[in-house]
Amino acid sequence: MCEIVSIKELVPTIFEAVVKAPEIARKAKAGEFLIVMPDEKGERIPLTIADFDRDEGTITIVFMTIGTSTYKLAAMKPGDKYFAFVGPLGHASEIKNHGTVIMVAGGVGTAPIYPIARALKEAGNKVISIQGSRSKELLFWEDRLASVSDEHIIMTDDGTAGRKGLVTEPLKEIIEREEVAIVYAIGPVPMMKFSALTTKPFKVKTIVSLNSIMIDATGMCGGCRVNIGTETKFTCVDGPEFDGHLVDWDLLTSRQRTYVKDEKCSFDKYLEDSGVIL
Amino acid sequence: MPEQEPDERIKNFEEVPLGYTPEMAMEEAARCVQCKVPSCVCGCPVNVHIPAFIKLVAEGKFAEAARKVKETNALPAICGRVCPQEVQCEELCVFNKMGRPIAIGRLERFVADYERENDLIEYPAQVEKNGKKVAIVGAGPAGLTAAGDLEQYGYEVTIFEAFHRPGGVLMYGIPEFRLPKDIVEKEVDYLVRMGVEIRLNEIVGKTVSVDELLEERGYDAVFIGTGAGLPKFLGIPGENLGGVYSANEYLTRANLMKAYKFPEYDTPIVKGQKVCVIGGGNVAMDVARTARRLGSAVSLVYRRTRKEMPARDEEIHHAEEEGIKLCPLSNPLAVLEDSDHHVRALKCEKMELGEPDETGRARPNQVPDSEYEIPANLVIMAIGAGANPLLTKSTPGLELNKWGYIEADEWGKTSKDKVWAGGDIVTGMATVIEAMGAGKNAAMDIHEKLMGVKKPIDPSPDALPDDMVCEIKPKRAEPTT
Ligand SMILES: Cc1cc2nc3c(=O)[nH]c(=O)nc-3n(C[C@H](O)[C@H](O)[C@H](O)COP(=O)(O)OP(=O)(O)OC[C@H]3O[C@@H](n4cnc5c(N)ncnc54)[C@H](O)[C@@H]3O)c2cc1C
Ligand SMILES: Cc1cc2nc3c(=O)[nH]c(=O)nc-3n(C[C@H](O)[C@H](O)[C@H](O)COP(=O)(O)OP(=O)(O)OC[C@H]3O[C@@H](n4cnc5c(N)ncnc54)[C@H](O)[C@@H]3O)c2cc1C
Ligand code: SF4
Ligand code: SF4
Ligand code: FES
Repeated sequence: MCEIVSIKELVPTIFEAVVKAPEIARKAKAGEFLIVMPDEKGERIPLTIADFDRDEGTITIVFMTIGTSTYKLAAMKPGDKYFAFVGPLGHASEIKNHGTVIMVAGGVGTAPIYPIARALKEAGNKVISIQGSRSKELLFWEDRLASVSDEHIIMTDDGTAGRKGLVTEPLKEIIEREEVAIVYAIGPVPMMKFSALTTKPFKVKTIVSLNSIMIDATGMCGGCRVNIGTETKFTCVDGPEFDGHLVDWDLLTSRQRTYVKDEKCSFDKYLEDSGVIL
Repeated sequence: MPEQEPDERIKNFEEVPLGYTPEMAMEEAARCVQCKVPSCVCGCPVNVHIPAFIKLVAEGKFAEAARKVKETNALPAICGRVCPQEVQCEELCVFNKMGRPIAIGRLERFVADYERENDLIEYPAQVEKNGKKVAIVGAGPAGLTAAGDLEQYGYEVTIFEAFHRPGGVLMYGIPEFRLPKDIVEKEVDYLVRMGVEIRLNEIVGKTVSVDELLEERGYDAVFIGTGAGLPKFLGIPGENLGGVYSANEYLTRANLMKAYKFPEYDTPIVKGQKVCVIGGGNVAMDVARTARRLGSAVSLVYRRTRKEMPARDEEIHHAEEEGIKLCPLSNPLAVLEDSDHHVRALKCEKMELGEPDETGRARPNQVPDSEYEIPANLVIMAIGAGANPLLTKSTPGLELNKWGYIEADEWGKTSKDKVWAGGDIVTGMATVIEAMGAGKNAAMDIHEKLMGVKKPIDPSPDALPDDMVCEIKPKRAEPTT
């Protein structure tokens, strides 16, 4: 079980793998995640369920190569098996007819946002999606996201595709333009943070999906804890989705940076051991 | 028993006590007077045939002795190491009153090690299947024991384990230097060779639910042994800063993920130069001694005095020998941060002991205006564990007590049809051997309900020699705070 069916590089540094995991596929819902361990000595890292196919019994993951674990995942081939592939974890997104929803996706965040957008569309919402990336060559799944959106806006930092600028610009325009019931923002922390700051003055509920560092992802270790308003929450069991207006972003960022030096050391060793040249 | 020297052992993760030689074991065994009414057996939650196995040791029949122990205890190499014998079997040994009880635990460890190291382990013959299936949730001592017994009764047994390795706390909590992980693996392997199937990476309540196991997957009974896996925090300001860990996180990184071998293993761990461990129980000692081995100067912050610490005396002694500084009568007030939202210090106040509280221990009271700071770049909270709600929340019809632990009778039967539970998820954090005892009792009860095989009337004396009845109940482990 949990064998890789196919794996490809969607765009530079972003990979998509389809994995045979019928039991997880049977249960999977938009917004949930998995714990993946590439090999016996590997880390347990969380990855969102980017898609699932109950009939085929497969799960799709999309990940960006940034360090040892994600490079290890990218180096695996069809037929290889993950040492651990656990899920589905966390709370699923709340899917109902809210009215108009804006889906803001930054970078690799397009993958986790896609199944939520699809489910919201199926539930009868008007879905407006804003997809941002650094440049054209890093855009992926535009067609998929567009296919479940009533309106689909592309933003790039360098203007090589869509509009030039940040995702928060059209976000603000749309909220000013029409009644929006809820905003989903998934992507790098700064992008989620600024999306939440953009919507706050308009009091539009904004859901973000936090990417705390995790180990067990069952509520056993507390390593993934975050401050939400005045409360401590565990991202793995209470989240990963939270009210973006209540998240303590500075604390999240600093906790994510806990192992920066170690990660570099681990990655240098990985490069040396694997002979990969960047 | 010979031990690694303190200044040597703080540089490695190898076991501290080195174990008996055959001569030492035989000499110790010869001291046992083979009591006609062996009170020691009553102190053991699974009633190991203590005099019988010790007699075999005295005769030099070590492998036979190991098999004798295994008649009631499938994990002797583990129990011989981690049982708090001083409040269990050894406390009730007749020699205890005279000062030095027979070292039952060390002998148990010796015979199990002897059998394993000399490849003398005999696997029980496959028993005829009775056609019924039991699902076990959690591969900790409770689940493993229930699985082994049910397998021997003829059931088809499957364990569902959330982690990528079986063993529960034996694997992720108790450090290598107290319980080498290859020993845990060997003892689990024994069960697998007996025919128990272990499905790793499957979380009951997420991947599959208890109701699905019963209704869709055709299991005739479910035993829940999920342990007390919920970390406690103090609720003081700053405790979510970078560099603040729960004991569970610290130990899981170090043990299960082998972060002490980073970067050979990929999981990192904060290696603080100055570490504050909060707590005075066995878990706090394990954390402190692990931090010491990772090269830190360690302070152990505790509200009462050394005398009130719930940890085993042997563990406190080991910790002190290894240079861990005890800071008794200190109450943490806040974790202080540096400019990077990382721990800088632990702010405490001094305490003094007053009248005894409801637990009978002296109540610590604040000393006014006694605040002070202990510099630290890593703070670890080892102040106990709670009941993890992941499975219980997803299982309708399962009654819980007010702390969230599963309600079960002395046989482990819960309020839900076909569902039993045992170990820490019922009692709160107790001991390995008590969890095993709970697994055994539930296995007997399941066997009676499913196959009509009568179990003994009282949940423990089945294994006692000569119709002996234990009047003294084994003790509960003390709370860790
Ligand atoms: C619920 C959740 C869903 C996620 N979904 C996706 C996804 O769909 N696609 C994707 O590309 N990424 C996703 N992430 C982030 C992903 O887990 C990290 O990119 C990955 O762990 C990096 O590991 P590394 O060894 O390659 O890099 P490293 O060099 O080890 O780490 C780089 C950074 O990643 C973060 N990180 C490291 N280890 C962990 C860990 N064990 N748990 C969480 N974060 C860690 C830290 O902030 C770190 O600074 C998700 C995170 C969470 C919490
Ligand atoms: C650091 C530490 C040191 C200790 N030292 C000692 C000692 O020296 N001596 C002693 O006697 N006792 C000691 N104890 C206590 C002892 O380890 C426990 O009492 C004992 O392990 C409880 O066994 P259990 O089977 O009930 O649960 P656990 O050992 O906790 O095992 C539960 C298992 O269930 C799994 N699980 C949980 N939820 C799910 C789910 N939903 N689906 C699937 N699997 C799940 C977990 O991953 C785990 O593997 C110590 C405890 C700790 C934390
Ligand atoms: S299992 Fe534990 S309590 Fe029982 S005899 Fe062995 S060491 Fe003593
Ligand atoms: S009580 Fe002590 S001396 Fe008597 S049988 Fe037990 S171990 Fe031997
Ligand atoms: S990852 Fe351990 S509690 Fe969330």
